[in-house]
Amino acid sequence: MSLMNWIDQRFPATRVFKEHFSEYYAPKNFNFWYFFGSLALLMLVLQIVTGVLLAMNYKPDADSAFASVEYIMRDVWGGWFVRYMHSTGASFFFIVIYLHMFRGLLYGSYRNPRELIWIFGMVIYIAMMATAFFGYLLPWGQMSYWGAQVIVNLFDTIPWIGPPLAEWLRGDYVISDITLNRFYALHYLVPFLLAALVFLHIVALHKVGSNNPDGVEIKRGPRGNRWSAQAPADGVPFHPYYTVKDIWGMAVFLALFFAVVFFMPEMGGYFLEQPNFEPANPLKTPEHIAPVWYFTPYYAILRAVPSFAGTQVWGVLAMFAALVVFFFLPWLDRSPVSSMRYKGWLSRLAIGVFAISFLVLGYLGTRPPTPQLTLLAQIFTVLYFAYFLLMPWYSRIEKTKPVPERLTR
Amino acid sequence: MRKMRDLFTSLGATGALLALTLAPPSTAATDAPRMRMAPYTASLKDIPSLQHGAKLFVNYCLSCHSARFMRYNRMAEDLHIPPDLVERDMMFAGDKIGDPMETSMPAEAAEQWFGVAPPDLSLIGRLRSPEWLYNYFLTFYLDENSPSGWNNVVFENVAMPHAMQELQGLQRAIFKTETGPDGARREVLDRFEITSPGKMSVEEYRQAARDLTNFLVYLGEPAKLVRTEYGIWVMVFLIAFGFFAYLLKKEYWRDVQ
Repeated sequence: MSLMNWIDQRFPATRVFKEHFSEYYAPKNFNFWYFFGSLALLMLVLQIVTGVLLAMNYKPDADSAFASVEYIMRDVWGGWFVRYMHSTGASFFFIVIYLHMFRGLLYGSYRNPRELIWIFGMVIYIAMMATAFFGYLLPWGQMSYWGAQVIVNLFDTIPWIGPPLAEWLRGDYVISDITLNRFYALHYLVPFLLAALVFLHIVALHKVGSNNPDGVEIKRGPRGNRWSAQAPADGVPFHPYYTVKDIWGMAVFLALFFAVVFFMPEMGGYFLEQPNFEPANPLKTPEHIAPVWYFTPYYAILRAVPSFAGTQVWGVLAMFAALVVFFFLPWLDRSPVSSMRYKGWLSRLAIGVFAISFLVLGYLGTRPPTPQLTLLAQIFTVLYFAYFLLMPWYSRIEKTKPVPERLTR
Repeated sequence: MRKMRDLFTSLGATGALLALTLAPPSTAATDAPRMRMAPYTASLKDIPSLQHGAKLFVNYCLSCHSARFMRYNRMAEDLHIPPDLVERDMMFAGDKIGDPMETSMPAEAAEQWFGVAPPDLSLIGRLRSPEWLYNYFLTFYLDENSPSGWNNVVFENVAMPHAMQELQGLQRAIFKTETGPDGARREVLDRFEITSPGKMSVEEYRQAARDLTNFLVYLGEPAKLVRTEYGIWVMVFLIAFGFFAYLLKKEYWRDVQ
C-alpha cells in the first residue's frame, strides 16, 4: 500500500490504470467482432518479441542472409519455432487487422466523433504494410528479391521523379546488398513507430469512448451503474469484464495460430511461398511473381488498370487510391445512423459487394494474369471503388430503421 | 435473432477469408505437363526409409551436390544412425562429424562440365513437392539429343545425367501425341521401355525413390520430425486454458444484463 502511494506521488500509475482499465466504461454489448482490437495488440507484441529474437541470429548481408535464416531454422535452439511464429504472425496480424477494419465498416466506428481513431488506424495499417514489405526481403529468397524488385519498380513509373526516386529507395540500380541493409534497418524501426501509433489510436479511443454494434453513444444515454453514479448506464468497466473476455478470445485465437505454426507453417504456399526456399538470384527471374496474400487485393488493382498515354503510372495511382480512399470514409458516410443493424438494404448490399470484391481481388492477385482474369479484376476494382465513391449517395437516400435509445444486447 | 445474424455475418467473413488462404496458390505451370505424375506423399515416420534415403543421398547425390545447411551429426542424431557409422561410411576423409554436408566437387569445374553448377540440395524438399521429386527420380530416360545422353520427363532438358542409373538401369521413353483440352496437340509420355535392367527390380527402385524423397523432405526441414509432436501438446494446453478462460469469463459476466 505504502509502496503504491510512493509510486503514485511520483507517477500516476493508479490513476492511469483506473482511467484506462478499471474505470474505463465500455459498452456492454461487444460481440465477436470486438475481439480483434486486443488480438491486434497481441500480434504486435508477438511480432516484436519474436522479431528481436530472430534479429539476434539473422545477418542482413546478401551473401549470408539466406544461410542465416537456415541457421536459425536448424542450428539455433528453438529457432524454427520463433521463425514460424514470426512468419505465421505476419499473416495472422493482417487477418486480424482486416477483420478489425471490417468491424469498423460494419458498425460505423469511423464516424463522428471517432474520425481521428480511424485515421490513426489507417496510418497504422499503412505502416504495417511497409513493415511487412521490408521484412519480406530479409530471407533473401527468390520471391523476396523479385517481389521487392517489382514493388520498388512501381515508383519508376512516376513521370520525371520516378527513376531517381526508385534508385534512392534501393540505394542501387537493382535490389542489392545495400537495399537489404536499409530494409533491415527500416524493418526494425517501423514496428516502434507502430507501437507509438497504436498508443495514439488508443488515447483517441479512450477520449471519445468505444462504439458498439448498435452504434448508440452510451455517453449520451442515462448515467449511473453498479460501479459509479456518473458512468454511462450501459457501460461496464473494461477491467475485469473485457480483460477476462479478451483472455478467452486470445485462447481461441492462439489455438488457431499455433495450429498453423506447428502443423502447416507454409499454409499451402500462402504464408511461406515455395520459390522463397531458393536463394535470391538477380540473373534468374521467376516465371510468376506474386506478393504475399495480404497485398494481393492491391496488386490485382494495380494490374487491372491498363497503361495509356504511354505510361503505366495509372495502375500505381489506382493502387494507392485504393488505400487513400479509406481515409475519407468518415466524410463519405452520410447516413443518419451508424450501425449496419439500422442502415438500409443499399448499405448492406454495398458492404457485401465490397467484402466480396476485396476477397476476389485478393485471389486474382495471386494468379498469373489472363485476359479473362484481368477483366474480372477490372470489374471488381470498379466495385471496390464504388463502395466508397457512391457512399454519399446510397447512405443518404436509403430508408433506415429507428435506432433504440439504449443498447439492445 | 440479431445476435444470430451477426454471428452469421462473422462466420461468413471468416470462412471466406479462410477459403482464400486454403486454395493453393499459383505455381504458374505455363506449359502443359508431359505426364500425369504418380501421386506421392512423403512420410517422416518411417526411420528405416529415411536412413536408406540418407545412404542413397550420400552415395549418389553428395558427390556433385552439397547440402551445406545440414550437419552430419544432426542427421546421425535425428535418424538414429550411430555417429561412428556416419564417420566411417558417409563422410569424406578429413571431414568432422559436426561439419556441414559439403560436396568435394569444385563449383567452377562443375559448371564447366554440366553447364550449370549443381544446386545445393538442403532445401530442395521445400522448393519441389514430394510428388515432383519422386517422379523425377523415376523418369530419367536415354536421349541422344541431350549433351549428357539423358533427359527427364518431369524436368525437361535437365543438365544432370541419371545419377542412379546403375540402380534403375537404362530406359527409353515412348511418347505419343495427344490433343489437350485447349485443342493444341502435344507430346505426352506413353510408357517407358527398359533397355538394360539395373541392380534393383522395378519395385525396389520405386522404394528407393520414395526413401530418397522422404530423406529430401526431412533434409529441407529437420524440425518437421518434432514440430507436430510439440504442436499436439500446445493444442492440449490451449484447449484446457481456453476452457478455464471461458468459465472465468462466464462467471464474471453472469450479472451483466
